[in-house]
Formats: sequence, C-alpha cells, structure tokens
Amino acid sequence: MVLLIQSPTIDQVGVEERVARLMTRSIKKESELEGLKLALNMIDLTTLEGKDTVGKVKQMCYKAQHLADDIAGLPTVAAVCVYVNHVKTAKRALVNSGIKIASVATAFPSGNSSRKVKIEETKMAVANGADEVDMVISRGEFLQGNYNFVFDEIAAIKEACGPARLKVILETGELSTLDNVRKASDIAIHAGADFIKTSTGKIQPAATMPVTLVMLQAIKDHYDATGIMVGMKPAGGISTSKSALNYLVMLYETLGEKWMTNEWFRFGASSLANDIILQLGKEKYGAYYSNNYISKD
Amino acid sequence: MGRITAITISVKIKFYIQNPKRQKRTPSSSNIQIIESSNYQITKMSKIKKTFASYDAAPENTSHIDLKAQYDLFINGKFVKPQSKQYYDTINPATEKKIASIAKGNAKDIDLAVKSAKKAFESWSKTEPKERAKYIYRIARMIQERAREFAVIETMNGGKPIRESRDIDIPLAANHFFYYAGWADKLDYAFPNRKPKPVGVVGQIIPWNFPLLMAAWKLAPALATGNTVVLKPAESTPLTALKLAEIIQESGLPDGVVQIVTGFGDAGAALVNHPLVNKIAFTGSTEVGKYIQKAVAGSNKKVTLELGGKAANIIFDDAPIDQAVEGIVNGIFFNQGHVCCAGSRLFVQENIADKVIQKLKDRMKTLIIGDPMDKNTDIGAINSKEQLLKINNYIKIGIAEGAEMYQTNCALPSQGYFCKPTLFLHTSQSHRIVQEEIFGPVLTIQTFRTIEEVIEKANNIPYGLSAGVWTDKGSKIFNLTTKLRAGVVWANTYNKFDPTSPFGGYQESGFGREGGVHGLLPYVHF
Repeated sequence: MVLLIQSPTIDQVGVEERVARLMTRSIKKESELEGLKLALNMIDLTTLEGKDTVGKVKQMCYKAQHLADDIAGLPTVAAVCVYVNHVKTAKRALVNSGIKIASVATAFPSGNSSRKVKIEETKMAVANGADEVDMVISRGEFLQGNYNFVFDEIAAIKEACGPARLKVILETGELSTLDNVRKASDIAIHAGADFIKTSTGKIQPAATMPVTLVMLQAIKDHYDATGIMVGMKPAGGISTSKSALNYLVMLYETLGEKWMTNEWFRFGASSLANDIILQLGKEKYGAYYSNNYISKD
Repeated sequence: MGRITAITISVKIKFYIQNPKRQKRTPSSSNIQIIESSNYQITKMSKIKKTFASYDAAPENTSHIDLKAQYDLFINGKFVKPQSKQYYDTINPATEKKIASIAKGNAKDIDLAVKSAKKAFESWSKTEPKERAKYIYRIARMIQERAREFAVIETMNGGKPIRESRDIDIPLAANHFFYYAGWADKLDYAFPNRKPKPVGVVGQIIPWNFPLLMAAWKLAPALATGNTVVLKPAESTPLTALKLAEIIQESGLPDGVVQIVTGFGDAGAALVNHPLVNKIAFTGSTEVGKYIQKAVAGSNKKVTLELGGKAANIIFDDAPIDQAVEGIVNGIFFNQGHVCCAGSRLFVQENIADKVIQKLKDRMKTLIIGDPMDKNTDIGAINSKEQLLKINNYIKIGIAEGAEMYQTNCALPSQGYFCKPTLFLHTSQSHRIVQEEIFGPVLTIQTFRTIEEVIEKANNIPYGLSAGVWTDKGSKIFNLTTKLRAGVVWANTYNKFDPTSPFGGYQESGFGREGGVHGLLPYVHF
C-alpha cells in the first residue's frame, strides 16, 4: 500500500546544525527561573516498571502534589503516567489535585498485539479514569511499509479513547532515520493524535533534540495548513534542567508562544523534576543543597 | 477482508481531505490544565511566556579585555609612531563610542615597512621550513589561548554578534595558522617535481567583515612559504590585527617578517604601488580590485583578488525545506550580510515558493537583533555608518523599483548602526537590488520553473564567487555544480569554511584561491 501523505525530506546534518545553534541560547536570571517552573509544570511524572506496586504509585502521586513544599510558588507536575492496572490507584490518590492521569496502553512498550486487545486495553484505561492515553505505534508494520495499517490503528485507538486525549509514541529510537520520524509524525497527526511523543523510554536512544525538532516541524506544518494544534512530548533521557531549557527554547522558536503550556507540551521524565527542584532550591537558599533534601519518590 | 479494504479506502480519502471531526479536537476549557489547588496562578503562566520568550540579557564578560588608548604601527618587530604623527578614532559600531586611537599610516610608513620586510626576507626565506612552522604553530596556539579576548574585541570593533566571533571567526583563524604551519616543511610534496621558492615581499590588504580571519587567511600561507609581509587592516576594524601584532611580537617571530600598518586608502595605494613589493593579495570591493589590477599592470607583481559577489541560493521543490530555510537565513543574515559569498539572491522553485517564503518569514521573527555582545544576539550592528547608509539606500531603491519589501517588526537599539533583516519579494533579474552587491542583511527572492532557467539566471551576473543548491537529489547537485559559474558551490548547506578547502571567485569576483594546497600557489614561484 502506498503512503499518500507527502512528507518533506529531512537533512540530518541541517537538523543537527539547527539544534546546535538553539543550544547556544543562553537562558539566565528571571528567564531561567520562569523557564524551569514552566518545565516543572510540563512534566509527566512516570513509573513504568514491571515491579510497579500500589505502594509505589501512591508514593509517586503524593510526590506529584508535593514536589518541594519548602519552596513557595512551585507548580505541580502536569500528569502522572502509569500502566493501565494502576490507573484506579492513581485516580484515588490524585483526587481534586488537578493533576492528570495518563495511562500507557496498546501493549506498551512493544505494541505487538492484536488490534482487538489494544482497543480493549485503551477502553479499560479510560473507564478506569485515565485523562490521557499514551499508545505505541506498530513499528514493525511501519518498517514493513504498511503505513495504512499504522494509520488505521491510530485512528481506531483514537476512537476508543473517547474524551481522553491520545498521545502517540513513535518510538523514534527504532525508526532509524529522521525521514522515518517525519513520516511517522505525519501519519500520527493525520490519524488523530492529540500529542505525538518520541519514546517509551525502554529503547535507546530515547528523546533527542534533533528528533524532537523534526516532530515539532511536522506539527508546525500541520498547524499552518489546517489551524489545528497538536501537542508534543519528548520522553526519556531528559534529566537535567539545562536540557529541559534547551527543549523549551526549541519549542518556543519552532512553534511559538501558543505551545508554551502543559496543554501542548510535556516532558516524559522521572528524574527531571528533582533536578529542577535542586536548581530552584539553589535560587532560594543561595547555594546547592544535598540531594538528600529532595524526596526520591 | 472486504471490510478491511473498505476502511483502507476511507482512510486514503482522509489523507486528502481533513477529517471535519478533527476541528473539534481542541480541548474544551474544562480539559485545560489549570492547577487550582496549588498556589500557582494562571496569571503567572502568562508571565512565564513573556519572560521566557524575550530571554534575559546574557552579555559576554568584557572585564578581562586589555586595550590600550592608543595603537601605533607594527614595523620591524616594534610598535612605532606614524611619520605623520596623526591618529584617528576607531569606534564600536553598536554604541558609536570611541574605543581607541589608531595610527594613521601613510606612504612614508609603508616605505619603511616594505624596506624592513625586504631586509627580513633575506634570512626568513632561508630559515629551515620546520623552524618557520614552529613560529606559525606558536601563533595558532596563542590565538587559541586568547580566543575569548579576541572574540570580544572583534565584536566590539566590528559589530558582529559574539556568538559568531566566538564560534566561527576566532577558531577558524587559529585553524588557518595550524593548517598552513603543517605545509611549511612539506612544500616539496605540495608541488611534486617542482621546487617552490617564496616570491619575496607580499603586500596584503584586508577587509572589515572578518578582520582577524582575513588576516589569518593571508598571513598563514605567506609565512609558511617563506615570504615576508606588510599587512594593512581595514580602517574601521584594526584592533584584532593589532592584537595579533602583539602575539606575533611575543611569539618571537624574527623582526620584520610581519609588519602591520594601519591607515586609509592612501596607505593601501602606496603599498600596491611600492616597487619593492613582489605580490599583492587583496580582499575587498570589486571597485578597488579593478584599481589594483590597473596599478600593477606592466609590473611583474603577482596579484590575487577576492572581490564582491552576489550569490544565487537555489531551492528546488524536493529540498529538505525546513533545513533549506535555515540555510537561507544563514546564507544572508550571517555577519549582517557583510559576507562576499552571502547567498543574497534567493531562487525558489515556483511550486513551493509560498511555503518557503512563509517559513522564512516565521523564522525571521525569531531572530534577535541588538547588542552584539549579548550571547543570544543573532544579528549585530552594521560595521560603519557609511555601510548603513549604503544599505538603506539600496532598500530605498528596491522600494522605488516596485519590489515588495518585508521586515519583521523587531525593535532596533536607539544607538549604533542597525538594520532590520529585509526581504524583497517578486524581484527579477532586471532589478538593481538583484544585480548589485548590497553587502547587508537584504535578500532578494525570485522564482523559477526549470533547472535550465535557474542556471541561466544564476550565471547572469558579473560576479561568480559562490552559490548554494538545495535538493534531496544527488544527481541534480552534480549537474548544477558543473554548470554554475561560481568558485564555491555549497550543496544543502551554506557559508561553510574550512582551511583545507580552496576559496575564490570567477569573473568580477576576482582570481586566485585561498585555503587548501591551492592557497599556497600565489605565494610561490618555481
């Protein structure tokens, strides 16, 4: 089957040069502080392990609401991200917090299962209270050239999501080229993704700036053509405040101010929040304090 | 199976027609993430956007810069007062404030400098090549050690953003010395079966757009091949060349091997016409280049000229568009467009023109224009008042010619010489702004239909320094590189410089090559 979307070609060297230039932006003083708070507010605090338990999920949900109570004026994270079977626990723990619950679904992380199972899992996540569903695309089908299969699957999951917002994980670490990243982004966007997301976090490399830039450009092209906004979520491998700021600079200079909110941009990260708290704590107390003052939940 | 096919067909249609349901995808207000329970206010959110969007100032530290109030001429290893006893002010084009007094060298100073170079040539040309290399390596390392200082001074004196002087000008200048230091004892291999000998005293006149880098381009190959030099920096940007003179003095390079004489056009003319000079290397305007060629006619002086340009930057419809837009920006707005190889004539295939122009306009809105010393500045100050007047005059001409002008509504600093990045849409080969070199951040845009048409138009200019080609198709690139009359053709990139790669022009863009093995040739005879 042929792909009927005309994706532009991507020049990898050019993308890397643009990223290098974006990284030379120097974000200091008030801009840095406000940028860090914004980044904190965009985090999907995540636990996606085989050994996840009710206790672990509860602890993370508490942390999501109390990042660092000694620093006034801190936002909470945007959402917590868990497996389907922990959605109910998270829902109870986060009641009235305003924090969203995202659930991975569709045979995460490999995506190797039948469509029926994937749809059922998605429906279950939403029925249990997930506000957002993070699905994975079928990379095998994509690499075999069955683009319409990938498209149909995303469209079917979108339908199963009902009111929940759908994040589509491309798992760019398995797509090998930026041309493929762009193609997969276009397919996901056209098939109904509310967000496109780089990675599961289970495959290396996870999120990188060049990959994210290509995906942001796909979002921009779609917005320019239709006026429809699509969100972006780099996930995995972003653990420092500095790199979070680099991503925000890239977001701002590619998509502009409208996307500078957690409604349209998320970081999928588990350790980023603590690094940001460390930086904000330094600002408050005038010096870095020990990691042991920051909760590890 | 029948059912699945039906879905596939409907899906195919979706690719063409936007699904109307998707218009509803923007979440309702209840869905928007507002964190009411925390003390984080939504008003704060809009503050975030604003503060983050403009970035706070991030000025480079200038406290470590050591500048004298007055600079003399560097002749025979010493700083000496000019014969005229006259000095002129060199200013910071971003603030219009004086930085230092610079000696105004004249014909008498040039005469002293040339004679000192002539004397030094006797021993320098016989110095063992590997010894010559040591000095050049030493100069390269000293530039690296003082890179930050050089970058700041280059930006103060020339107006270019610190990002460029720090990341491009200064590292490249050091690289040129490193590269040619390596050739000094391998000249026999550069020219197999021929015996290269130095030409003698070399007069070098350099421009104001890359002051230190151009000095490096000229000095490094001349020294490696055993010549001695009299170098005249541009009058508006002498400071980094004089700092280089300090390094040369510290490096222990024998007296008289390099002299640096600051001054105006009369000093340059005296250098060109001096009978003891064996070779002239000039980078600058085509107008002065023509004067030099007339002046040396009938003498046996060797000449290389690197003059103006009006390069075609060609975007085909199969190009990687977002990266091409980046290449357009880099091609014309790098160093405020003060680049002889700037991609100042943009050719876009007509079927993608609207898209490319829209993306270019969007990208231009993110360019930061202002204080060159700020690390976030993309476009700094125009080098001099005269140049700003010239650019503004061309913008007036463009408007009068009926081309559609586009500028972003960025604010310019109240002091200093600044110019908004400018596009002229719907231009044609007959517009003056398309034919003449503006040497500023002004881009003219033309559309084309076929390869033949764009080759003809790209070559339809008296210049021939550089060109850019953007396409995903390798065969198209090779086809064009053989047909474009330009010394340098960049494919899917622009404004890339490397000491190992020769650079130079065709036609009124000059002759002779700098960089690479080719860059040695003008400084030797056999």
